[in-house]
Amino acid sequence: MTTTTTTTAGGIQAVKPTVASHIRDYWGRVRGGDLGSLPAVLGLLVLALIFGVARSDTFLSALNFANLFTQSAQVVFIAMGLVFVLLLGEIDLSAGFASGVCGAVMAILLTNHGLPWYVAIPAAMLAGIVIGLMLGVLVAKLGIPSFVVTLAAFLGFQGVLLTMLKGGQNISITDEFVKSLNNGNLSTAWSWGLAILAVVGYAGIQLNRVRSRAARNLITDPIGIVLFRIGGLAVLLFAATAVLTQERAINPAINSLKGVPIVVPIIAIAMIIWSFVLGRTTYGRHVYAVGGNTEAARRAGIPVDRIRISVFVICSFMASIGGILVVSRASSVDPNTGGSNILLYSVGAAVIGGTSLFGGKGKVINAVIGGAVIAVIDNGMGLMGFSSGQKYIFTGLVLLAAASVDALARRRASATGS
Amino acid sequence: MAATPLLELRGIDKSFGPVQVLHDVGLSVYPGEVTALVGDNGAGKSTLVKCISGIYPIDGGTVTFEGNEVAIHSPRDASALGIEVVYQDLALCDNLDIVQNMFLGREKTSGIVLDEATMEEMAGETLRSLSVRTVKSLRQLVASLSGGQRQTVAIAKAVLWNSRVVILDEPTAALGVAQTAQVLELVRRLADNGLGVVLISHNMNDVFAVSDRIAALYLGRMAAQVKASDVTHSQIVELITGGRSGNLGLPAEKPSEFIDITPGEAQ
Repeated sequence: MTTTTTTTAGGIQAVKPTVASHIRDYWGRVRGGDLGSLPAVLGLLVLALIFGVARSDTFLSALNFANLFTQSAQVVFIAMGLVFVLLLGEIDLSAGFASGVCGAVMAILLTNHGLPWYVAIPAAMLAGIVIGLMLGVLVAKLGIPSFVVTLAAFLGFQGVLLTMLKGGQNISITDEFVKSLNNGNLSTAWSWGLAILAVVGYAGIQLNRVRSRAARNLITDPIGIVLFRIGGLAVLLFAATAVLTQERAINPAINSLKGVPIVVPIIAIAMIIWSFVLGRTTYGRHVYAVGGNTEAARRAGIPVDRIRISVFVICSFMASIGGILVVSRASSVDPNTGGSNILLYSVGAAVIGGTSLFGGKGKVINAVIGGAVIAVIDNGMGLMGFSSGQKYIFTGLVLLAAASVDALARRRASATGS
Repeated sequence: MAATPLLELRGIDKSFGPVQVLHDVGLSVYPGEVTALVGDNGAGKSTLVKCISGIYPIDGGTVTFEGNEVAIHSPRDASALGIEVVYQDLALCDNLDIVQNMFLGREKTSGIVLDEATMEEMAGETLRSLSVRTVKSLRQLVASLSGGQRQTVAIAKAVLWNSRVVILDEPTAALGVAQTAQVLELVRRLADNGLGVVLISHNMNDVFAVSDRIAALYLGRMAAQVKASDVTHSQIVELITGGRSGNLGLPAEKPSEFIDITPGEAQ
């Protein structure tokens, strides 16, 4: 046992951490098995470097960079929802086709019934909520393992989608608003405005937190680390905005193409909202508690069943937004929307980003980072001329590596106990 | 020593179907004292605790809290009175930190946002009031704590809510020598802070080290509730194993209370 029970001189008011001790603590947590998104971020850098060197003309182009976001939007949205389900140690295998069904609901209302987008989109979201409610009740109240419930739903929704599309018709949409969601770009002014707003907002929240904690004599993160975080975000966002506001059309005279894709702020808003819910509200705390120790949560008076149902609702709701975005991108829905590799990529995104399959550990941002890794592999290997088969094999290996990291970290955490 | 008990049970009966687990059990818990609840496996200690904490309804008898008769129907009723139980398996979430565990299910919020600063302050004050100096940071994950530290957090969680009575179920069962000493010291300090403490233990050394009173259960009956200074180690062992010791304990069973199950001759 490495922990000691010797008393520390300062009692529980530990010494104020310095930048060096903060980094040491972080490194200690990493060595102790609490890796978070670190492997995914490192993997992302390495992959980007490899593809960047091998295909510097295409992979590193602004056009391709923008494509990464629009291509991965559906996977990222489903993965963000899956994080909640995975936090309870459950799984939702039906999220892919659920997103397809919701996308089809929207397309049918728009095209076949001629309804406006402000009816069709909420209807699709509502479909997602109903699907999640159904799954959640079956898992929580009947006690059927989520693997079985959602496997059945996976098959079922595939059939529902086929039936809705009358045996495999392709329904295309013409609504400009819906199409712009995952095809359009923000103007240059909006792009910069939102980037600056995001950095200022983040800085405000971080500095305010330090100030209010310091005022109450609580331990704060060292100011150097806080400034580093703010600076890092600023560099990242401003660099990305600078690239995306470049003209990226092949022939700008015909059709100008520049600005941050509209889907980027949509992903960012979803990520901020759900991160807030998980990290800063009682509900989020209870989700972690149920995932960590269901019995303890029950004894603490947390409504475990309701929490269990709610995560399936969130997952299917997010899947419905994913469905809306993928239909928007393709401007149509077909029987394979949300099928093939979408679900596996989404689970992969959450796990690669650092969400534990064992429950209790994970953040919404994990899904976004993991989704980026998957998108870069898919996109980069495609550009390098690898076949689909080779891409699947490589993505499978990356997922396996991420799951191994998760399992090993868990073993290590229980072995060191520090 | 306070004359009136903080929590008093009288004539508690509890059956599970045809099996009567508690017969006419009485127990008094005094403020500022540690009352050890001892008894062999199956004597009814856990059942009694669950009756007090509202997990099981009682079939008969009265519960008096600070002189008023009360009815405890659920764990929430018990917490509302200020009765907290620290279970043997601790009920902590490994993936949450110390503060988060201490406030689990009763989080402080301002608006819809968790009020982390207030919770951290309150947790820190509680640990300080218990003179706990063995945790490095309040934001440490419980997974990284030793057995003794976990026990400390579980106890601190129980006293956070201005509790009056804290019931500890085998707090030292899984601990090493040094950690046992620390936890016992903490148990003593709870009583010194004016709480009524009930300590369930199998370990006679622990019992005699900290308790003021000892209540011994024997086959669902309260064999005796005595001052720890009035009895010896071996007397308590006799009470636990046989229900009586000299003039202490249950009256000797009369032969008429037994049914003859020996085959052959009828009685």
